[in-house]
Amino acid sequence: MAVTEVGTDAPGGEARKAKQPKPAPLLAADGTPLRKKLRQALMLSRMRAFALVAPLLLFILIAFVIPIFAFMVQGFYDNEYAKFMPRSTEALADWDGESEPTEEMYAAMVADLVAARDHPDRPIGRVATRVNRELSGTRSLFTSTARKAARMEAPFKDAMIKADKDWADIETWQAVKVASTAWTPAYYAASLDFKYTATGDIVRQSEDRRIHVTLFLRTLEIAFTVTVLTILLGYPVAWLMANLPLRTSNLLLILVLLPFWTSILVRTTAWIAMLQGQGVLNDVADWSGINSMIVWAELRFAELGDMLWPSVWQEIANRFDVNLAYDRLALASLCANDVNQVLNQGQGALDGLAQRAAADLTDCATEMLAIYNANGVEAAVAKARELKADAGFAGYGDERFSMIYNKTGTLIAMTHILLPFMVLPLYSVMKTIKPSYLRAAKSLGATNWVAFWRVYFPQSVPGIGAGALLVFILAIGYYITPALVGGQDGQMISNFIDFHMRRSLNWPLAAAMGGVLLIFVLFFYWLYDRIVGIDNMKLG
Amino acid sequence: MKLKHILIGAVSAATLSSAALAEGQLTVVSWGGAYTKSQVEAYHKPFIAETGVQIISEDYNGGLAEVKAQVEAGNVTWDIVDVELSDAVRGCDEGLFEPLDLSMLPAGADGTPAEEDFIEGTLHECAVANIVWSTIFAYDTTVLAEGPTTIEDFFDLEKFPGKRGMRKSPKANLEMALIADGVDPAEVYDVLATEEGIARAFAKLDTIKDQIVWWEAGAQPPQLLADGEVVMTTAYNGRVFNAFAAEGKPFKIVWDGQIWDLDLWAIPKGAPNAELAKQFLVFSTETEQLAAQASWISYGPARKSSAALVSHYTDRPDLPMAEHMPTAPENFTRALQNDFEFWADRQDELNEVFNAWLAQ
Repeated sequence: MAVTEVGTDAPGGEARKAKQPKPAPLLAADGTPLRKKLRQALMLSRMRAFALVAPLLLFILIAFVIPIFAFMVQGFYDNEYAKFMPRSTEALADWDGESEPTEEMYAAMVADLVAARDHPDRPIGRVATRVNRELSGTRSLFTSTARKAARMEAPFKDAMIKADKDWADIETWQAVKVASTAWTPAYYAASLDFKYTATGDIVRQSEDRRIHVTLFLRTLEIAFTVTVLTILLGYPVAWLMANLPLRTSNLLLILVLLPFWTSILVRTTAWIAMLQGQGVLNDVADWSGINSMIVWAELRFAELGDMLWPSVWQEIANRFDVNLAYDRLALASLCANDVNQVLNQGQGALDGLAQRAAADLTDCATEMLAIYNANGVEAAVAKARELKADAGFAGYGDERFSMIYNKTGTLIAMTHILLPFMVLPLYSVMKTIKPSYLRAAKSLGATNWVAFWRVYFPQSVPGIGAGALLVFILAIGYYITPALVGGQDGQMISNFIDFHMRRSLNWPLAAAMGGVLLIFVLFFYWLYDRIVGIDNMKLG
Repeated sequence: MKLKHILIGAVSAATLSSAALAEGQLTVVSWGGAYTKSQVEAYHKPFIAETGVQIISEDYNGGLAEVKAQVEAGNVTWDIVDVELSDAVRGCDEGLFEPLDLSMLPAGADGTPAEEDFIEGTLHECAVANIVWSTIFAYDTTVLAEGPTTIEDFFDLEKFPGKRGMRKSPKANLEMALIADGVDPAEVYDVLATEEGIARAFAKLDTIKDQIVWWEAGAQPPQLLADGEVVMTTAYNGRVFNAFAAEGKPFKIVWDGQIWDLDLWAIPKGAPNAELAKQFLVFSTETEQLAAQASWISYGPARKSSAALVSHYTDRPDLPMAEHMPTAPENFTRALQNDFEFWADRQDELNEVFNAWLAQ
């Protein structure tokens, strides 16, 4: 062991030391300087510590950092075209994307097509698929021209246009140019509904093909709603667990953990059985008449809202696109009558309506008549059907509620599945809050509410923070539940990543969408850190 | 979800000796459910009995993703896959499937050479068809006594209110919508090749959009019908037939406006047991095996010579198969063959438009 002289001196030692210009180095028992010895000892323990975490570090590097980096890059890099069609790639690199395609471009293309067809890997299909992503229909153009390419002779421009007139089309060449760029922003642009063009611009995707922004927004909305719902549902449960006697709280804990240990698939399919049109909940509601009561209550609520604050209610209805109840109300009474008459009797009913005074007409009748006068009977009947379909949206038409295969189903099932991730951090934080604080607050004159809100709640915030971050990040990338119960409007971004992975085989686009999703998560992590502070988070 | 059935050949003394001659293992991938069962009965079992090879049967949901992943990773575990025509063509073009020497196919049982015996368009560079199947729509006769009879009825919410089941894909749906909108089947793909045609098909789908329940796996639509979740649904004809014949469900198929297609065997490039897979391919597409499959499920055999051998549903002599085939003349009055070239060219774009339409 290292033996030191420090402190062994008599009290006068300090004065003696001060006189010495340079103290002799402290030596260990074996004669090496103590400083060096200490460094060696520290080094050794550091090495040991590093060796212990090295497997984990390596694991994180191999299973986490490298794959994420690789897929982020894959969203930018696609050499499917450039790899197999080097000549035309080079010829197109100099082309401005607007002027008339040159003979060199045609010649290079023919040479490439011939080479690709003779290649043992038969890459022509892959090349064609790549170009086809930019412009529909070019796939067969490539495969059919490749078959004829070997027999083509100069001038190649004429020969190719003769083989297929689409080669004269500048759009074809623009698509090829975009496809031939190996390092490309095209996929990240596409994942945000933009389009990368041959001239190097990034423009908005045509309206009927815009989808990803809607999906990202919907994903955020669902993740956010689920987080709020889990807080609302989880907080009281966690509070009970933390404050009830041990026996009861253990039972509660088991009730929370039991579903947590059950397979997600089982829980999701259980919700299908519960919520579907002919499912348990609908059967009970139908049998007990609850569903009619709910529809009735909705109608009365809308009626009340319309009576008390017509302008406010309309505003709310328009803002949130929830004017269903309002529409239903209107239809429920006189409107429905008119609509049904038109549906049943067609022209006769319309003529009947036309004879009434304009002021006596219901909104539905006015709408149908306007269409009848402009476009004839069939259009008016179609409108009536549309009105009726709106009214029948959630129960008035058919008495059963659509609670699954839509966004509602996704929300319900996801909230249930993610609830333990909120309850457990909340519980572990609440467990540490001493009940004496609340008692102290009350003894000092606080009401129950003040004691809770001013004393208890602030101490539980780290638990809410931890739970919210956990639930939100899990929810934003959720896949299996929306895939099973999402129907058409409950699908999330991960379902489309899956679609591009497994169905359309557009892996770079899937990678780009994954990259954007990752950026979202990092952004919210940053935001959380700014607002709540990551140090405030407590998992237990 | 992949279901793995391991079928080990009936180990009788007789087969043990032949098993010793050609031992091996073969992974056969198909669509699962009643369809895989028909193949197990008609192809796998006799093949196992003859060669002693062990067959592992896996299920998948179509598409090329798994094949592509395996081939590109150089780790192919599937030996032979049952694919749709458009995927067979695309996979062949992209070098995912092994090119086949079609001369290895034997002549039909009646002596017709293979090229003539197979229905036109069922032999391909990389794939050999086994069946003709069809997307039709069906309903429950106990729910709708006076049921729909034409494809127009499927889109008519006034005459037949209630939910509709449809496959979550533009394929077949757009074609059906156009036929229901009055387009002649022969012109459907010409119309669909134009912007207006696409808009017209989606406009037709719009009329029932609120009422559509989307399905993805072939086993779902009969279940949706049985649960009363939908009043009518598009489906693969064999699945509906199976629910009707084997499970006694009161379902009825409407053949009007059917979209028919082929299923083919293809061998992924680099399959571990490619030689055995070829042997299986040749064996299973012989006249007798194709005919045998048709007695288990109502998909039409790809060989003309098989038709004569198809009689009735297994175990039910009262149920002749002929009238349940997509190719039966009375079912074939207004039918359209799925155009693989069209879909290979335009599926990326149409998928995008379809998904955007769904999300609206």
